[in-house]
Amino acid sequence: MQLPPALHARLAGAPGAAAPLPVQRDSLAGNAPFRFAARQVRFPREHEFFEDGDVQRHLYLQDVITQVAAEPERPRVPEFTCQVAGCCQAFDALEDYEHHYHTLHGNVCSSCKRAFPSGHLLDTHIQEWHDSLFQILAERQDMYQCLVEGCTEKFRTSRDRKEHLVTHHLYPADFRFDKPRKGRRPASQVSTEAIGEDRAPSEGDAMEVCSEQAEAHPEPPRERRVYSHRIPSTVCFGQGASRGFKSTKKASARDGGARAVNSQLTEAVGDARVRGRDPLWVTRARRAAATPHNALWRHVGWHVYPILGSCSF
Amino acid sequence: MWSGRRGLLRSSGCGVEELRCRRREREAALRKARREQQLVSKRLLRDEATEEAEGGCVVVILGEAEIQEFLRLALRGTEEKERERALVSLRRGLQHPETQQTFIRLEGSIRTLVGLLTSNQALLQLEAARCLHELSHSEQSAVAEACLPATSYLLTYLSGHSSDFIELCLYTLGNLIVESEAVRRQLLPQGIVPALAACIQSPHLTVLEALGYALSQLLQAKEAPEKIIPSASTDSLVLGSTLPQHILQLLQPGPKLNLGVAVEFAWCLHYIICSQVNNALLITQGALTTLGLLLLDLAAAVQRTEDAGLELLVCPVVRCLSNLLTEAAAETVGGPMQLRDERVLAALFILLQFFLHKQPSLLPEGLWLLNNLTANSPSFCTSLISLDLIEPLLHLLSVSNVVSVLVLTVLCNVAEKGPAYCQHLWPGLLLPTLLDTLALSDTEVVGQSLELLQLLFLYQPGAAQAFLQQSGLQALQRHEEVAQLQDRVHALQQTALHG
Repeated sequence: MQLPPALHARLAGAPGAAAPLPVQRDSLAGNAPFRFAARQVRFPREHEFFEDGDVQRHLYLQDVITQVAAEPERPRVPEFTCQVAGCCQAFDALEDYEHHYHTLHGNVCSSCKRAFPSGHLLDTHIQEWHDSLFQILAERQDMYQCLVEGCTEKFRTSRDRKEHLVTHHLYPADFRFDKPRKGRRPASQVSTEAIGEDRAPSEGDAMEVCSEQAEAHPEPPRERRVYSHRIPSTVCFGQGASRGFKSTKKASARDGGARAVNSQLTEAVGDARVRGRDPLWVTRARRAAATPHNALWRHVGWHVYPILGSCSF
Repeated sequence: MWSGRRGLLRSSGCGVEELRCRRREREAALRKARREQQLVSKRLLRDEATEEAEGGCVVVILGEAEIQEFLRLALRGTEEKERERALVSLRRGLQHPETQQTFIRLEGSIRTLVGLLTSNQALLQLEAARCLHELSHSEQSAVAEACLPATSYLLTYLSGHSSDFIELCLYTLGNLIVESEAVRRQLLPQGIVPALAACIQSPHLTVLEALGYALSQLLQAKEAPEKIIPSASTDSLVLGSTLPQHILQLLQPGPKLNLGVAVEFAWCLHYIICSQVNNALLITQGALTTLGLLLLDLAAAVQRTEDAGLELLVCPVVRCLSNLLTEAAAETVGGPMQLRDERVLAALFILLQFFLHKQPSLLPEGLWLLNNLTANSPSFCTSLISLDLIEPLLHLLSVSNVVSVLVLTVLCNVAEKGPAYCQHLWPGLLLPTLLDTLALSDTEVVGQSLELLQLLFLYQPGAAQAFLQQSGLQALQRHEEVAQLQDRVHALQQTALHG
């Protein structure tokens, strides 16, 4: 198919249209038995006309045909450490550092040092946890905003909001980024608290980097005592029988029984290196699920270190 | 980190013939799937460099005990490296379908994975996400659907900032989306459209390509025209969100246009447009202008480089333009890119030549666009003549029957506009070419040739004479008995003989 040489020049030239030749139709044109009529055609999605192109598209998706754009090589750089105070994680690639930074140090609440996955959640947190005006207004009007971006619903209580998230947005009931404010929470509300219980024991406050100064907040210990009633008795790792995660059984229900298995709650998660630098956090070691809370302290297992900046549970 | 979209076919040990054979098989499978309207493809993101470092393509099948051990280590390991290694081992095992099955049947396994996904240990998070990604890629519904508890978190992370992680979440979501309507029925109320609309503002090309992929999967869904695309009053559906504007922006031609990104979003646009939900809205947002300019840009690109893969972008752009032209609103488009600009014609022919060399199966689509441009446009028909494009068009007649019918249709579009047009068609190759097509046996091709002949006899004095002199009657006789052609053959014979 030879194209006229002037064509390429035309493409590169100025926009413009040809002055159309005069149109003059005869009424006999397209008359029976002939049937031609000039018309535009549109094809709907599933039309077989698109088969070839669609197949090509899917071959590409399956990566059988050539890659469209070459992927750049990720450069390795000389090892460097995170510059945030108290964090000495090391990296040799910028992307790793980027991810670390955004996970642990980005979107951090300056009041309580919790980290959030997005600015949106951080803003919501600050407003609901650290804004006294919010508390005042919340007594009179719906202030708790739905967490789903784009949804403008507001609610009177965080519980109502959670209800909305579950029924309307099909969120999991234990969605980790929706926690009622600790201080205000009465003990009875603990049962709905989406922390720790029947979850993967690795994170109680996942994504919320806890930095409670041990001396400043009596809350955390109290909170943990409350947890001791809620420890799933059947969860255990590495100690004795290896069981998976079973559904939550309230510890209180098992008070009578002898507990052979220790259960483990949340794990201290943090930089191993930070540990060497005297960070303060609490490692929740194994403890007996049925132990009444004041006995917990005596039992064992609280290794207490001074907390630095953003460490995590 | 994740990089490289190269296929799972490793060149070592796979000969060229074997590769071709596999490709043919896949192609056949895809065609079959499309005919059954089950065309579904998932994308797997694997870091080949890391894999090779980890020791090649041996995938280990893990048993229940091993999986539990890895999970335990990942959660409880004291050394960070140890935890990471455990997850890496798990992830490698999950490349195998059997391990996947074992994994999902293990109680609490997904829950643990979600827990690790939402941990604040960056590297564990990433590895957990990779594990989920492997699961999402599975062809077994049960395995893919096991990932459902993670979707609210995957969506939440789209508003984060770590581009690699977001990319991974997007590909995982894209794979899940395509899995079943049940999955989409969960993702839509969870706010996937607003999440994507927020994420599309990312400057990272890898994120954008992944987003385009996920969105294209969403838009390809069967229920998309009713449940996903419409411009409802809320922004939870696509046309009501800011997505169309961003898509058009990402398709603007120029130095910033990234091919991989553009391919995905061009397909997104195609699915939206061919669903015929509200194309007028897209036109008001400048779709015709953008696509027209992009077509020009692509024609220029195609001349510059032998770039592999340009046809992946040209195809959806051609489709979008062609379908949009049929909208009433297209008539009133003004602005910098009038769709009466004859550069579009120049671009299209350059692309037709490109298709001829690279992907002949796409010629019909290009010619379909040509039909839609010329059908109601004296201006474009005139340009076809003035730019000397009739002859190149005639050269396409030998490619295939479908192509021939379309070429003849376009020629009819020109001829039906009257004597002034036929005058320019007549001398030259047209007569011998038409006689050649009459020698064929395909009814559609011959039928369209007869239509063209009628128009020429009507508008071009001397055409009938010349036809007779070149043994046209004998050429017609062949088809005297064919049911669909008889009447027209006889009419033409009459006209030729008696004027």
